[in-house]
Amino acid sequence: MRYGMAIDTKKCVGCSDCVVACQTENNVPIGYCRDWITETVSGTYPKVEIELRTERCNHCDNAPCVRCCPTGASHIIEGGIVKVTANKCIGCGACIESCPYDARYSHPEGYVDKCTFCDHRVKKGLQPACVSVCPTKCMYFGDLDDPNSEVSNAIKNRKYRVLAPEAGTKPQIFYLY
Amino acid sequence: MSTRRDFIKISALGTGGAALAMSSINLVQGSSIFSNSNSSANRGLNLKRYPTYCEVCFWKCAGWTHVNEEGQIVKIIGNENDPHCYGRLCPRGTGGVGMYNDEDRLQKPLIRENTGGKSSFREASWEEALDLIADKMKEIASKYGPESFALLKHGSPGSHLEHLMRAYGSDTVGEPAYAQCRGPRETGFATTFGSWVGSPEPTDIRDTKCLVLIGSHIGENMHNSQVQEMSDAIDKGATIITVDPRLSTAASKSKYWLPIKPSTDIALLLAWMHVLIYEELYDKDYVRQYAFGFDELKEHVKNMTPEWAYGITTIKPDIIRKTAREMANAAPSVIVHPGRHVVWYGDDTQRERAIAMLNALLGSWGRRGGFYFKEKLKVPKYPQPSYPHPKWSWETLGEKYPLAAMGITNEIIRASIPEEEGEHKVRAWMVGGTNLIKTIPDKPLLEKALQSIEFLVVVDTMPMDIASYADVVLPECTYLERYDGIRSATNREPSIALRMPAVEPKYESKPAWWITKQLGERLGLHDYFNYEEYSEVLDWQLKQLGTSLEEMKKIGVKTFERSSGPLYLSKGEPYEFGTATGKIELYSTELASLGFDPMPVYKSHPEPAAGFYRLIYGRAPMHTFSRTANNPNLYDLRDENNVWVNPKVAKIWGLKAGQEVWLKNQDGVVSSFPIKVRITERIRWDSVYMVHGFGHTNKNLSRAYGRGASDTEMITKVMVDPVMGGTGMRGNFITFITSNPRKGVES
Repeated sequence: MRYGMAIDTKKCVGCSDCVVACQTENNVPIGYCRDWITETVSGTYPKVEIELRTERCNHCDNAPCVRCCPTGASHIIEGGIVKVTANKCIGCGACIESCPYDARYSHPEGYVDKCTFCDHRVKKGLQPACVSVCPTKCMYFGDLDDPNSEVSNAIKNRKYRVLAPEAGTKPQIFYLY
Repeated sequence: MSTRRDFIKISALGTGGAALAMSSINLVQGSSIFSNSNSSANRGLNLKRYPTYCEVCFWKCAGWTHVNEEGQIVKIIGNENDPHCYGRLCPRGTGGVGMYNDEDRLQKPLIRENTGGKSSFREASWEEALDLIADKMKEIASKYGPESFALLKHGSPGSHLEHLMRAYGSDTVGEPAYAQCRGPRETGFATTFGSWVGSPEPTDIRDTKCLVLIGSHIGENMHNSQVQEMSDAIDKGATIITVDPRLSTAASKSKYWLPIKPSTDIALLLAWMHVLIYEELYDKDYVRQYAFGFDELKEHVKNMTPEWAYGITTIKPDIIRKTAREMANAAPSVIVHPGRHVVWYGDDTQRERAIAMLNALLGSWGRRGGFYFKEKLKVPKYPQPSYPHPKWSWETLGEKYPLAAMGITNEIIRASIPEEEGEHKVRAWMVGGTNLIKTIPDKPLLEKALQSIEFLVVVDTMPMDIASYADVVLPECTYLERYDGIRSATNREPSIALRMPAVEPKYESKPAWWITKQLGERLGLHDYFNYEEYSEVLDWQLKQLGTSLEEMKKIGVKTFERSSGPLYLSKGEPYEFGTATGKIELYSTELASLGFDPMPVYKSHPEPAAGFYRLIYGRAPMHTFSRTANNPNLYDLRDENNVWVNPKVAKIWGLKAGQEVWLKNQDGVVSSFPIKVRITERIRWDSVYMVHGFGHTNKNLSRAYGRGASDTEMITKVMVDPVMGGTGMRGNFITFITSNPRKGVES
């Protein structure tokens, strides 16, 4: 079992529904977010291209945030989901510094918070909130070890890349292009 | 001269007591949006859900409001059986919870008081506010006739208010959704196919092979089911062709992006028709059977070659040919999308005609992957007497626009100014669910009307800009706290959706149905409001439709079988269109008889002077009009707009990314607030772009006040469509002011 996500940049319109759905599902305080939209523009008018993509924790196989955590609050659960135990976290911020994706934030209640792949939903057989609301259905979530899962199928016949591969983190979110 | 109707900033006016009352409410309720007491693990437990349909925009997606054990709304999720959303709300629908939680909401009725030459608002009881409005309505009716009391409205509250006004005797009703938005396309399509496009548009995007967007930016406008279907079409490999001076999100997903010179679309559309006809790519059988005036059209576009259009549009002839062939290859599974906000240059009905005619040549109307035949369920009217017949109405005021099919707001506004010509004068306004200040162009005219009218009632959930001008402000509760009319809209299959309250209304806010009933009773119109609770009306109507309120509370959405026949034409099927000839009119007999061009003609439009740039505006996916700028969840996603400037232009002006500038238009109007510069290759060098709906002037919108600039404020040149009265707004040009023009001036 290895959870991962594929995101089709050909379909994402950058609407931010994933962001607000995550906030309401996970009670993320206003002013903070666990996922966000990135837009990159290249070229010169009128030969211009943009890529829109939704980003979040990459739930890395080789997660620097877990390695650097002094209390063990940052840990990996079944399926490779990187999580933070709030009451073990001392808010030192080492994990925030170590993350090449800037995927973590300091919660106003004093601990570090981040994407959980909505494991509370996944346990019940539901999709993560961001995936479940996306109007373009550009996100595919599931078990990468299962060759027939939605996510495995999504990356089977498409070109894809990961973010900051040079960081050596082995991220588990794949951007289709 | 001091004006009677000072612009009042609501927040500055509360008495000490009122301010205290507000802050105590904030302590109890306002804190909930920042509260984190629920850990995410408990978030999904023991939630109750109530059906609703969204009111954050006009798409009205059905969903479920989820309420926790403490009675807080925690989330809103789309209804899986709803053809408007297929179970997925857009960011605004998901963020609708912020509309409920917004601590800046109107809380109590407010009444304007003029003392010592100064205007201010004071809080009032519902009793007092309603008595005052009813007395004024009686006074206006006896002095001038009820027709003089106009209604300017939008959305669900608008329907209740319209019922009240019709019962009272006024059909002087208008909504910006017509003359400031989609009116021209309804006329353009009606004169061609004999049918309105309507909402949601019957575009069969999920099965299309080619989607052509003329300035329509699906994905930035989150017309939910269309965005979803466009994504499906991308999956299936459909070709998208986007015509836009800006690289919109949709343009970035297109096989062909045609970065057209603004205001020249009609030339491109005519050239496309030329290619289809002269390369014999049009649907010959379809045109032969269903169309009228093909020979006239063929002659009309004879010289409108791609080479001719190149000089006008800056789109290369081979691209015009290639894209025409792409459409023909996909036909009839092709959609040249009518768009939605189409009031651009004043010849908008004609441009929409050209779009409709192009669809006709491609044979896409009534075909799979083109336009399907929509169907809507008629909701039976709750028993009531028929409305009195007004002596004059919106139709009278819009008479000089022969094909106006709904009230023209701008004409109602004009009729509110005594010095303007016209026999019938409007003396008072009821405004519900629309922020006219950010909707109606030509603000000087609007201001003049606001100064002229004797009485203004504003019904809204939020202290929008327009509320500052009111004599009475009534706080409506949000859609999450009320019943409203049954949502029945056009779709592939007819369906209905229920909206019911998930929680009690916050503060002293009330539903529009209750407000109008209270006013109706005071006006002696009880027979039009013959119920105690609106749920009685709904239950009665739902039972007529073979369901009930009880059932709808459980399912939220109910879909019905079609009764009007198949979605598409079968091959060779005889079909009568709703035009004078019964055919698709390539040559419009109706326009010809009224003295308008029977076929669209390209006419050039004014261009920006040196140092000025055409103002183009549009939408951001997380906001609706100016309605959502203060919504805490949606503000968090985008808190201001930027002015998009091409790097070449930025260089000339020495502009830096993120720099604040003030905008000045061709008439010398300077923006109330500065706006940050976004330097981007996504926009042409002769234009600038900004998202509509920012630059709020009401200080009581604590987040949105002064954030970004208002495009509407910059639109003082209006090119009116002579066919139906739409206000063309894309003929305004702006320049930059780089240092504060109001420095040292008291604001």
